[in-house]
Amino acid sequence: MKAVCWMGKHSVQVMEVPDPKILNERDAIIKITRTAICGSDLHLYNGYIPSMMQGDILGHEFMGEVVETGKAVTNLKQGDKVVVPFTIACGNCFFCQHELYSVCDNSNPKPEGQETVYGFAGSGLFGFSHLMGGFAGGQAEYARVPFADVGPIKVPNSIDDEKVLFLSDIFPTGFMAADNCNIQPGDTVAIWGAGPVGQFATKSAFMLGAEKVIVIDHYQDRLDFAKANNENVETINFDDAEVHDKLKDLTGGRGPDSCIDAVGLESHGTSVDSLLDYAKAAVFLATDRPHALRQAIFCVRKGGTVSIPGAYGGFMDKFPIGAAFNKGLTFKMGQTHMQLYMPRLLAAVQEGRIDPSFVISHRLNLSEAPMAYDKFNVDKNIWRKVVLTPQ
Amino acid sequence: MKQEKSITDILTNMNTNVSPTERVVSGVAGGALIAYGIKQGGTVGALLSVLGGGLALRGATGHCQVYDAMDVNTADATQPRRLTAGSKKSPFSNSATSSKIHVKKSVTINKSPADLYQFWRNFENLPKFMTHLEAVTVTGEKTSFWKAKAPMGTTVEWNAEITSEQENERIGWKSTEGADIANTGVVEFRPTSTRGTEVRVVLTYESPGGKLGSLVAKLFGEEPSQQVYGDLYRFKSMMESGEIITVEGQSSGREPQAKKASA
Repeated sequence: MKAVCWMGKHSVQVMEVPDPKILNERDAIIKITRTAICGSDLHLYNGYIPSMMQGDILGHEFMGEVVETGKAVTNLKQGDKVVVPFTIACGNCFFCQHELYSVCDNSNPKPEGQETVYGFAGSGLFGFSHLMGGFAGGQAEYARVPFADVGPIKVPNSIDDEKVLFLSDIFPTGFMAADNCNIQPGDTVAIWGAGPVGQFATKSAFMLGAEKVIVIDHYQDRLDFAKANNENVETINFDDAEVHDKLKDLTGGRGPDSCIDAVGLESHGTSVDSLLDYAKAAVFLATDRPHALRQAIFCVRKGGTVSIPGAYGGFMDKFPIGAAFNKGLTFKMGQTHMQLYMPRLLAAVQEGRIDPSFVISHRLNLSEAPMAYDKFNVDKNIWRKVVLTPQ
Repeated sequence: MKQEKSITDILTNMNTNVSPTERVVSGVAGGALIAYGIKQGGTVGALLSVLGGGLALRGATGHCQVYDAMDVNTADATQPRRLTAGSKKSPFSNSATSSKIHVKKSVTINKSPADLYQFWRNFENLPKFMTHLEAVTVTGEKTSFWKAKAPMGTTVEWNAEITSEQENERIGWKSTEGADIANTGVVEFRPTSTRGTEVRVVLTYESPGGKLGSLVAKLFGEEPSQQVYGDLYRFKSMMESGEIITVEGQSSGREPQAKKASA
């Protein structure tokens, strides 16, 4: 089959590789009909996520048709149309039973790496480095899906792929980011990063009752896109405005009730702290560049919540613990507990409350993936969300 | 194409070679130096901050590149606290005449003590999650025959008998007279109020020196504690999820038949 393989920093290739096989009894093999490139794939592309190996198959946003099931899978059959969540979860351990699927105890076959770096290991993820289990990803013609009786969600054959594809990651991720804000009537939510997760966090914040959402970025097209797709959205381009002042201005001096960091470890910025972050990352004194997160902590109102869907992997320097402590903040973060949110969000799509396909900017063939990675990495104004079709 | 080595690669692969006290001192001093450097400003300040960052990282990771280069290890309590070579020796090489391994590990499993006890009590199940075992055959009500994998395709064998057992709570066993590697084991299953069952294992392996001593080392690797931990982790996965998830045998661009696809 054809698969998009990571070949090194800034290098992906479409390779002809062996078809996947059932390896565990709870596996299924999916013939992929749609797959997407995620902003977090760019962290891999740019070499920020450790423990990648040359030849690893990328991709964690995919859907398709069941073609084979292991003998312990009884809820799926050949021909079922499914969307696959990017977190792999067993459904049986303490964490799965408490709906904390992304920290499943039994889905990472290589837990030692995370135990060394993080103390304990989270769940396995598709196509996202050997720290996350080393699972082959879904930017391919076929994929092997472990714990297929727990992860993939069945969708009606009649529903358009593009409407449900993003249930695989970015819609639930944006939704959990907003859900973590515990939104109350009258709340204003500020969101750093107007990429696809930021766009879904914006929609989700409104779905959960936010009065106003303020989106912060420096890609003007993305800000305009947020504005065009939502009422009551304000935007701040941080190249033109001082974010803290502007946020106070837009909230009558109170500051936003919650702040969402939908940027993660590759934050952009030109302030002193972000320049120092570049320098330290270059000499290995810090691994993550958390400018957006620092700013979110600084800007959120007293007693507010900082919610982090943006991915972090290593160490951050100059964490503003003084601001966090003295303002009495709540922090919520983590990989998305996919299996918790997918049924609810599928229902929202079926009820017509949201059509997630609005974020798509490019529809390409799988063979065009190398070009798409390159463009997506460089031109974020135009390249908002890429969907790939294997056939 | 050469793969880039990233910071967490380094962190993941590095061993701790700095003692706990020294790590705290490193961390605090590093932090102070960073703060001082920033306050000073300018080039000197920046350099001090960078130096402080290095110390802080050494404190956080417990790994010192300088110590590494000098082959010094202040983290290993079994080694003299001075700058001597040889810190990377295995725990077995300290004694030329005998070797003894004592390992204690625990894991919490989301199953009842009875489920876990029943599975373990049939020793023939043990090789399913203890990777160094090739097979265990039950030979009597309390006796069994164990075969473990050894280097170069050879095996080590011994007979064992159950020395104590309390249903759903505890099983103790030991190898019988004449075993190449004398060993004992105890496993306990303790229920918790809401978190499943705490499984605690204590294993000892002992052999009377010479070649056999090094055989123990080869059999259990340099990190017997890690090995037993891995076994318990697999036991947990098997009991909770019904399988031990693997990525062995999956597809990748590293397969010999993989090639660049034509566009």
